[in-house]
Amino acid sequence: MSDEQHPIPEPSPDKGPAHAEAGRPYLTTEKPGKHRGDPTLWDNFKKEFYADNTFTVTLFAIVLALIFGGILMIIGDADTRAQWGYFFYQPLKTLEASWDLVSKAYTDMFKGAVVNPDTVNRWYWDMTTWQQVFRPISETLTNAAPLILTGLAVAIPFRAGLFNIGGQGQAIMGAIGGGTVGILLKLPAPIVILLAILAGALLGGLWGLLVGVLKAKTGAHEVIVTIMLNYIALYFLFWYIRQAAIDDPNRSELISKPVPDSSIFPKLIDPALRVNLGILLALLVAAGVAWLLKRGTFGFELRAVGYNPNAAGTAGIKVGWTLALTMGLAGALAGLGGTTMVLGTAGNLTGEVVGQIGFNGILVALLGRVKPWGVVGAGLLFGALQAGGAAMQTFSGISNELVTAIQAMIVIFVAAPLLVKAVFRLRKSPSAAASAALAKG
Amino acid sequence: MLFQHEVHIALEATLRLELRGITKRFGDLVANDDISLTVEPGEIHALLGENGAGKSTLMNVLYGLLQPDSGEILVDGKAIKIKGPGDAIAAGIGMVHQHFMLVPVFTVAENVMLGAEPAKAGFLNHAAASDLVRTVSLKYGLPLDPDAIIEDLPIGIQQRVEIVKALTRNVDLLILDEPTAVLTPQETDELLGVMRGLRDAGKSIVFITHKLREVKAVADRITVIRRGKVVGSAEPTAPESELAELMVGRSVVLEVPKQTSEPGAAVLKVSGLVVADDRRHRAVDGVDLEVRAGEVLGIAGVQGNGQTELVEAIMGLRPSLTGSVTLSGQDITGWATRRVLRAGVGYVPEDRSVDGLVKEFSLAENLVLDLYDTEPFGNRFALNPRAINEAAQGRVEEFDIRSQSEQQPVGSLSGGNQQKVIVAREMSRPLKLFIASQPTRGVDVGSIEFIHRRIVAERDVGSAVLVVSSELDEVVALADRIAVMYRGRILAVVPPNTPRETLGLLMAGITPEADS
Repeated sequence: MSDEQHPIPEPSPDKGPAHAEAGRPYLTTEKPGKHRGDPTLWDNFKKEFYADNTFTVTLFAIVLALIFGGILMIIGDADTRAQWGYFFYQPLKTLEASWDLVSKAYTDMFKGAVVNPDTVNRWYWDMTTWQQVFRPISETLTNAAPLILTGLAVAIPFRAGLFNIGGQGQAIMGAIGGGTVGILLKLPAPIVILLAILAGALLGGLWGLLVGVLKAKTGAHEVIVTIMLNYIALYFLFWYIRQAAIDDPNRSELISKPVPDSSIFPKLIDPALRVNLGILLALLVAAGVAWLLKRGTFGFELRAVGYNPNAAGTAGIKVGWTLALTMGLAGALAGLGGTTMVLGTAGNLTGEVVGQIGFNGILVALLGRVKPWGVVGAGLLFGALQAGGAAMQTFSGISNELVTAIQAMIVIFVAAPLLVKAVFRLRKSPSAAASAALAKG
Repeated sequence: MLFQHEVHIALEATLRLELRGITKRFGDLVANDDISLTVEPGEIHALLGENGAGKSTLMNVLYGLLQPDSGEILVDGKAIKIKGPGDAIAAGIGMVHQHFMLVPVFTVAENVMLGAEPAKAGFLNHAAASDLVRTVSLKYGLPLDPDAIIEDLPIGIQQRVEIVKALTRNVDLLILDEPTAVLTPQETDELLGVMRGLRDAGKSIVFITHKLREVKAVADRITVIRRGKVVGSAEPTAPESELAELMVGRSVVLEVPKQTSEPGAAVLKVSGLVVADDRRHRAVDGVDLEVRAGEVLGIAGVQGNGQTELVEAIMGLRPSLTGSVTLSGQDITGWATRRVLRAGVGYVPEDRSVDGLVKEFSLAENLVLDLYDTEPFGNRFALNPRAINEAAQGRVEEFDIRSQSEQQPVGSLSGGNQQKVIVAREMSRPLKLFIASQPTRGVDVGSIEFIHRRIVAERDVGSAVLVVSSELDEVVALADRIAVMYRGRILAVVPPNTPRETLGLLMAGITPEADS
């Protein structure tokens, strides 16, 4: 989970460590040969698992959100709700109906997001293609790619002490940049795609850099500025699609010409599966960000400024410049997310081309604890929920909007760790307790 | 509620506190090991010990912020349980924390009544609160304006608000946790006076500190704690050296051993410098000074007379309005901080936790906070963790930084070791000039000695050294020449053997010539 250099803080030796008294082995009650004092790996795992570390809290937050999601399903389903009216006559039947509803819905969700055993079976008997077996995973990865990118676009500034609400606007600008190059440039496929990616990152990056420069030069608060820039980007997109070079003359609604097939992101596995270059791009970027934060010189500056801008400035780090560049980098990543939407899945620019990836990126970043690989994990989870949600809607008839509610609840429970700790009675991590108490001698 | 308080105050209750065998463990670490101590009514009981000796843990146990693993607390002979500050206050025990617990934008009266607001029909009774502040502050000789806003008040007065706040809760025993750490010498003297006044009014005081002189000046009894244990008690008449030895467990040299200086050419030249502070007042008002190679220039002065702004302007952390700064003949006025640092200036900022260290970073990372992008620690793109860690191991040894690993977050070190990290970092570049602001503030005696020796060693290898300190003892011990700063100007430059009275007068803005 932790990819950073934060070892468990231990008290400094001058704070008076206990000098263990020379033991009196003849007084021990333990049987010789059996070291009861040495915990096994399994003991340690159990102890850590039930302690309030971030991994356990996140896991239980997801469990809790799924339980609440189940309750929402029961309330939302007319038949089951009616059955609850007879709870005191037929309690078992009521519970059974509820259980059937919820378990089928979540099973469908799993089938749509990870793997469907029926399809595997059918493929074994040659009744369907192998592509069908991988379709759920493909959908999950396709959905996850832009979310990972916009999640990183929130996580990086967070580490520098900035809250980037502008992922949505930056993604829109990226979609405009990538989409324009993809639609207009008539060049061989790899070159166009490379240029489109660069254009998306550049436009999104400039949109982010603007925020950073305003923050560094004038002290304008990045939250206000990014919210406003989100609106400007959205309405700019509406205007932009209507321009002659971009607008599709054959259609009346707000939609651009389609991106030619040569400029569409290549499919990774098979043309029948939607998973494309986007997820590869997202994982590469995540690896790059992880490296940057851990080993990169700029990452060092960014973290130093995030933790203590005064000390960073006093040691000669240019704080304003670091903040501006951080926002520029974040914008570029969100821009890549937007480009992935246009060239990976949508195929043309519309008013809703980037969906809600900018805002969902905030949730992904928070769920991923603003750490690069955490963001990847959270992005995959959200991608899976969305892919599964679509399947659930088709097969169980439960609205896809429930997925949005579950996503929101996961983040609420993650943001309220005390609640999760209380519900699941997690112990306080012993090392954390000691270091908190020792903050002052 | 509050009117009842007034009645109680008039009663002059007294309180006898006894701690028996208090033990507090954090994991394997025993912070308090079987500590017993008695505070008689109406005495000032000093709890003396180095940073990290366990003083604050003990007081947090007493105030209910921590629960002891064993041992009991007796008030007037009766064992009581203290589960939180509420219980402590009910038992007559109040605490003034090292870091004030005040709301900066509230008035004095509002802060005092916070938590016990006098209300009439759902409305706060401001008049009653103001009256209470006036009554209490007059009674104990702690003048306060109830309507002043906290953030406008100097630190010393804010501390007074904390004391008054505790007194209005009708406590008979006050715990003062390192109260002088944030105070100027004048404010310290005032506080010591206040403490005597409270004692004479029948209050008991537990005075936590590591400053020997203050203990000797004010305490009735002294208990020394080392490594979580009571190692002895002493009378205030005991010589300082004896107390210091008890505290650190060995004899400490309070004098800094050094040869007479052999100053060379001027390294730092400041002329006609004018600098504005955050409120746009002229904090530095035309300063000329010169620091030569191989000498220590000490700037003495009560804090807040422009020393901070002067040093920040030299370092490029604060713009100067007029005037110039030159380093070895090169004009560095208006240079960015990084350029100044890399031109050969070492800088120990006055507030290590705000300006000196990134507490969440490891010891190793903090040691290269200035040079992380230069060889061998890294380049423009990537860091070299191996080189950083190897260098850190060397520094830890050379500067005697007590730590468990160089990967440990620097915030988990004690104050003295944190300060050594900064000194180690700033001395690891080739230096022409070394500037140290309050180099030993909040640092234990052992570390003070070490840091002072390093500063003198830096002088002896030919660097120019500028030491700014509000501790006159420190300036006198280190400096070859002393510049006294008062209201943004250098009032005089005098040799270190100048009588302390003269220096004291200069610090108060009185020049001998003007006086005679």
